[in-house]
Amino acid sequence: MTKDNISRSARQLIFNILRFDPHLKGDRPRMERFEIEESSGMTLFIALNDIRRNHDASLKFDFVCRAGICGSCAMVINGKPGLACHTLTASLDTEITLAPLPVFELIGDLSVYTGNWMRGLNERLETWIHEQEEHDFTRIEEPMEPDLADEIYELDRCIECGCCIAGCGTVQMREEFIGAVGLNKIARYQLDPRDKRSDEDYYDLIGDEDGVFGCMTLLGCEDVCPKNLPLQSKIAYLRRKMLKIGLKSPKKICF
Amino acid sequence: MKIIYTDVLVIGGGLAGLRTATGVKARGYDVVVLSLVPPKRSHSAAAQGGMQASLANSAMGEGDNEDVHFEDTIKGSDWGADQQVARMFVDTAPKAIRELAAWGVPWTRIQRGNHQAIINTESVTINEQNQAHGLINSRDFGGTKKWRTCYTADGTGHSMLYAMDNKAQEQKIDIQERMEAIALIHDESSNGKQRCYGAVVRNLMTGELSAYIAKATTIATGGYGRIFSVSTNAIICEGIGQAIALETGIATLGNMEAIQFHPTAIVPVGILTTEGCRGDGGVLRDVDGYRFMPDYEPEKKDLASRDVVSRRMQEHIRKGKGVASRYGDHLWLDITLLGREHIEKNLREVNDICKNFLGIDPAEEWIPVRPTQHYSMGGIRTKYTGESATLKGLYACGEAACWDLHGFNRLGGNSVSETVVSGMLVAEYIADYCATIESSIDINSDVIEWFIRAEENKLDCLLNYEQHHQDKSPPPEDAYKLREAMETIMMDKVGIFRNGKDLQQAVDELQILLQRSKNISVRRSKSKAANPALENAYRTQKMIKIALTAAYGALLRTESRGAHSREDFPQRNDKEWLKRTIIQWPDANKTLPEVSYEALNIMKMELPPGFRGYGTDSTVVHLDSEKRQQAIKDIQDEYHTAGNDRFSLQNKLMPYKALLPPKYRGKNERLNERFDDDQG
Ligand SMILES: Cc1cc2nc3c(=O)[nH]c(=O)nc-3n(C[C@H](O)[C@H](O)[C@H](O)COP(=O)(O)OP(=O)(O)OC[C@H]3O[C@@H](n4cnc5c(N)ncnc54)[C@H](O)[C@@H]3O)c2cc1C
Ligand code: SF4
Ligand code: SF4
Ligand code: FES
Repeated sequence: MTKDNISRSARQLIFNILRFDPHLKGDRPRMERFEIEESSGMTLFIALNDIRRNHDASLKFDFVCRAGICGSCAMVINGKPGLACHTLTASLDTEITLAPLPVFELIGDLSVYTGNWMRGLNERLETWIHEQEEHDFTRIEEPMEPDLADEIYELDRCIECGCCIAGCGTVQMREEFIGAVGLNKIARYQLDPRDKRSDEDYYDLIGDEDGVFGCMTLLGCEDVCPKNLPLQSKIAYLRRKMLKIGLKSPKKICF
Repeated sequence: MKIIYTDVLVIGGGLAGLRTATGVKARGYDVVVLSLVPPKRSHSAAAQGGMQASLANSAMGEGDNEDVHFEDTIKGSDWGADQQVARMFVDTAPKAIRELAAWGVPWTRIQRGNHQAIINTESVTINEQNQAHGLINSRDFGGTKKWRTCYTADGTGHSMLYAMDNKAQEQKIDIQERMEAIALIHDESSNGKQRCYGAVVRNLMTGELSAYIAKATTIATGGYGRIFSVSTNAIICEGIGQAIALETGIATLGNMEAIQFHPTAIVPVGILTTEGCRGDGGVLRDVDGYRFMPDYEPEKKDLASRDVVSRRMQEHIRKGKGVASRYGDHLWLDITLLGREHIEKNLREVNDICKNFLGIDPAEEWIPVRPTQHYSMGGIRTKYTGESATLKGLYACGEAACWDLHGFNRLGGNSVSETVVSGMLVAEYIADYCATIESSIDINSDVIEWFIRAEENKLDCLLNYEQHHQDKSPPPEDAYKLREAMETIMMDKVGIFRNGKDLQQAVDELQILLQRSKNISVRRSKSKAANPALENAYRTQKMIKIALTAAYGALLRTESRGAHSREDFPQRNDKEWLKRTIIQWPDANKTLPEVSYEALNIMKMELPPGFRGYGTDSTVVHLDSEKRQQAIKDIQDEYHTAGNDRFSLQNKLMPYKALLPPKYRGKNERLNERFDDDQG
């Protein structure tokens, strides 16, 4: 019943990998080349482990779930940010170039410190439910419209992989720009009636050029988001919403 | 030497660890959470299907309550679970899920009116009542009487973990990622008891070692699935938490042989497709496209308990009904009958996984699946409070622990539920402990330094083998090879069906590997800082020990119970084996741990052992079972005639409320069990 989609004879794959260990004194960024034989169903996860085992035990990269779920393994694959674990080598040419995500602090080779960056972002945007009321959890929960719950989940699916940041032109120019990942998070909380923050509160967080007004809608982000989040429409929605608030209190407008 | 002091050290940033941390923080204690990876990438994020809690909101959940959930859990465990712990769990689960709802989890909600569902391959209409509209929905899962598994599409673990980590950030909890605990620091305390004081921790970016000293140390490091070559687990589920507990020589592990195989992981990579596939109406098929489960299990069919379905699949493959492939035989999971719309909405991760890893469209094509290692029921043995019975100040919870909710088989959906519930409860017991004088830190800094030096020395041996072995004998070993050998032994000899001969071989071979692992030399990568080869080396040494505890426990247990299935001892033997395997490794020079057993007392059980309802009953019965059955019947009769409610009857059978922290003792409200408003 399944298509045996990889039935051709084994290809030789050539990997060009950007190597650099900032913890190693005197080390300098360089491209290194590895050659391995492709196996059927091979993903970049399998290929990189093969290289580490058989060619260079010091090669650094991050995988956790190896199933496209956790967001650990984002890297620049042939020039485009993506998740390495769910990329089948069969979908690529025989010469494959891998580099770490830009913007994030480099740990070594293909491993970057996205966790740290995301933590900072979450702190800054306070990505949690803001509510004062005490609940009694023995009582039946507050109802929520089923469609609304689905809509929130749709945005909650972001895995903080950092692809959208690596693919964003604005981030290159504005270091503090919160990127699509940040804007999507605000859209998620803005939608959630459990979070009691007002639109004005959100305006204070993102109503400037490091926030929603910094985005140039070039849409690099939506193209590379492995979860296919509707980033474009959400950013547009937020921009309209925030513009309205900005106009109500013009002193806040800063562009 | 860097020493960090805190009240509570939590090792592990998954659901269990984070919920423990938020709990102790809310009680006013300082806490540090360590994690190998950013907490949101912990394995908990991979849970797809859902979380069990007896809310009874949905039409198919009607009539559900703690009693039904309790019975399902105990039967599922094949009577191996601790029944008081199970009671505490089912009572707290509804509170846990409602708390998560308030913290932001977008649980899938009930839509009033008629819905089509697939049950037993037929389309059935289900009507949801008005008053349930907007409440948390639930789906069917294996081994449960009611539809009890609450979910957010099929990203349940992800949405739970995100809400939990966000909560931890709101509380400004000190979370340190890319930090690995590699040894526990312990000593005799001033009152003469063995006491845990924290851990030696390695920074995975810089290689720096430091000591974290705490009143209470909690291990919440998840399972040990990666001792097998194919597993649904994330690659960081390597059992290091259990190993560092074992290496104290004092703390004990429980039921390490109890390992679950999930029926539907994709072939060959072992990535899971959730039980929700079958819960929502999908079925298993063989090489002829024939739906075979009803032949084996006429009542529960494809939704029998996990251990049962996995065994039946294996049996069917052995009969020659598997689909041959270059990766060995497999079967099919057919969800085409659910329709594209349902799959793209409620089984989205499954859809993605099929497309990305198999290149197939599950709305049109069948999915190649095979039973695969999935869950560790065994773990660090604790009391109901989460504290080790033998090492004061050491706590464990979540999949890392064996407090023992799951016995020999865990029900789907009970695990993420357990992580949160155990975190909530254990946090309270820890906070209580921290308030006592007994918890004050009375460790000598020489001892701390000794532990750090010892670890430094071990790492140095791995990196500079030649200096430590001038005469070049014994020959240096390659950690990757030893690890692969261990994984293969576990796959081939400690799998779904086990037998004495294979298990003995496994134990023998693992002992040799353990010896050889003392001579590992890290090649080609000598950095002390971030160094994957070094990490693999010291983890392999620890993992072989964990593999041995599982294989040895399995060899000694000459019966079949839950997921532990012995071909040479196919019967469940309550007479001799209604007991928990307890493992301790007091002498580090020996190649085998010490094993003892902890009997389960039938006369105190609320649900004495009986027939689980699968296949034919061949149990070797314990004499007490019937006695207890009769005693329970007498109590029930007396209570029913006196017109008492289910709570007081339960309390008469097996009291447990007093064990719960006072704040979690309240009854749970349901649509059919409304509180009077003055009560709320
Ligand atoms: C694919 C899959 C799907 C599943 N689906 C479901 C489901 O639908 N429903 C259900 O109930 N259960 C499900 N489970 C089981 C459930 O997800 C896990 O049992 C549960 O999430 C474990 O949570 P935990 O907090 O105990 O551990 P984990 O989430 O595994 O977290 C462990 C933490 O410990 C850290 N850690 C580990 N070792 C160290 C160390 N030495 N030092 C420092 N930190 C360390 C890790 O970084 C991590 O943060 C599923 C499991 C799998 C494999
Ligand atoms: S649309 Fe905005 S956020 Fe997205 S890549 Fe472009 S500038 Fe960045
Ligand atoms: S928005 Fe998409 S690309 Fe950006 S971090 Fe989230 S999942 Fe990754
Ligand atoms: S390893 Fe988790 S997304 Fe790739």
